Amino acid sequence: MTSFNATKLQKTVLNRTLLRGVISIVALLLLWEIGSRFHFTFLASVPAPTEVIASLNKMISDGKFWKDWLASYWRVLEGFVAAQLIGIPLGLAMAMNRTFYNFMFSPLEVLRPIPPLAWVPTAIIFWPTTELSIAFVIFLGAFFTVVLNVLGGARNIDERMLRVAASFGSRKSDIFWKIVLPATLPSIFTGMAVGMGITWEVVVAAEMIAGKSGLGYFTWASYVGGNYPQIIVGMISIGIAGYLSSGLIRFIGKRATPWQRQF
Amino acid sequence: MAGRSKQPGKFAGVASEGAIQIRNVSKVYDPEGINVLAVDNCSIDIAPGEFCVIVGPSGCGKTTLLNAIAGFHNITQGEILLDGKAICTPTYTAPPGSERIVVFQNGALFPWSTILDNVAFGPVVQGTATAREANEAAQELLAELGLPDIADRYPNELSSGMRRRVEIARALINDPKVLLLDEPFRAMDALTKGVAQEFLLQAYDRIRKTVFFITHDLEEALFLADRILVMTTRPGRIKCSLNVDFPRPRTFHMRASKHYLELKAEIFTAVREEATKAFVAGERELA
Repeated sequence: MTSFNATKLQKTVLNRTLLRGVISIVALLLLWEIGSRFHFTFLASVPAPTEVIASLNKMISDGKFWKDWLASYWRVLEGFVAAQLIGIPLGLAMAMNRTFYNFMFSPLEVLRPIPPLAWVPTAIIFWPTTELSIAFVIFLGAFFTVVLNVLGGARNIDERMLRVAASFGSRKSDIFWKIVLPATLPSIFTGMAVGMGITWEVVVAAEMIAGKSGLGYFTWASYVGGNYPQIIVGMISIGIAGYLSSGLIRFIGKRATPWQRQF
Repeated sequence: MAGRSKQPGKFAGVASEGAIQIRNVSKVYDPEGINVLAVDNCSIDIAPGEFCVIVGPSGCGKTTLLNAIAGFHNITQGEILLDGKAICTPTYTAPPGSERIVVFQNGALFPWSTILDNVAFGPVVQGTATAREANEAAQELLAELGLPDIADRYPNELSSGMRRRVEIARALINDPKVLLLDEPFRAMDALTKGVAQEFLLQAYDRIRKTVFFITHDLEEALFLADRILVMTTRPGRIKCSLNVDFPRPRTFHMRASKHYLELKAEIFTAVREEATKAFVAGERELA
């Protein structure tokens, strides 16, 4: 009777799962390549993976391509950071003060349903430069998300925690810094992660509509210019760029909330 | 004034304060416009350093009384006095303070703080000690109470039994006059419960502060208490009082003694009557 070796079993299962994942992706790429080359129905006009990779190689050595990366990232940074700097304190203030909450709630609830992209024409009219109008639209996208998440987190604080703090004779400032803030921190980071996703969507769309630089503009310009492989390069770039940003947020979030580790 | 030390975690040992007088207290709740009499004309006198346990069916008003003593809400009638000073009347509720600390039913340790920060919370927040002093006192207390090296862990790393003991430590470091416990061991399995009870008794034997303890577990009540008060089903009145005169420190062996079985029979009969009434009435618990 062979003895049960847990680590060996784990390794086999993991490898099998990994193998299956790799196989399916390779299979997909192969199908795409074949379908494209042999003009199989809708894949007829879609560039093959090999063309895309060739285009990617060309872009990597092109300085302007990286300028577009930088431009998008810069916009994301501006809008996102502004949204956090204003949204987080606002959400916390609304959670702590009933009067302030009542005061702010109605205008927020009225404006929130308007999708950020619907603001683009208004933003272009009101803001002096295109850059500022894009930044504003990005700001809106992340802002409502973060306020909502902060409020949700703060209002879901366990009543017992507050009672315990009161029981020890805490002042209001202690309750805020030692209870409300740490308790809301996970929600703040959730709001950031979701907000980052929305921010990238808005950036790309805004650049396509009104921009003159950036990955969204690059993708759109590739389409207009008829360079189809480049479109896909643009898409992949946007995906990677967004993933890196969200990854950074998740990383910082994990470091800031060590108590949420699975032990 | 004997018995009050300024240093966090340092205990005087003999209680000369912490006397609670509950005089003709009634509490009417008004959820959704329906007047519910939760507590009806209760009067209890608790001596300093006494371990007083209240038992009764769920929803009978025990938690209401505890919350009133703690200062979480007011009462509709009567008064509650701590060492002669009114802390709860229909018109005045002394804000919750570190002299009457509550240990709640389900764990209320702050999940975002380490065990050390949790235990040191009280003194830090009241300003009776600097952060460093509070941390040192917390370390000492944890060691004294036989809690192993857990200062840098987070609550969700520990078992429920350990967490409950840390909560008791967090309460005790403030040298409260009164320790209020609302079914603290309710959610624990029987084995862990026994260990936690012994832990509480050891702590009590050292500090001899007044303890107001709520439970529905009669064996627990008999093991822990100096005196057991039986509360009727809603509206809660004090049905009877039972003195548990076993010597301290209490051991498990007392559970086999004849006297213990007599007390057990007495209290089981008293409570069972109320429990049946509550079961039949089927009323929802309010708190």
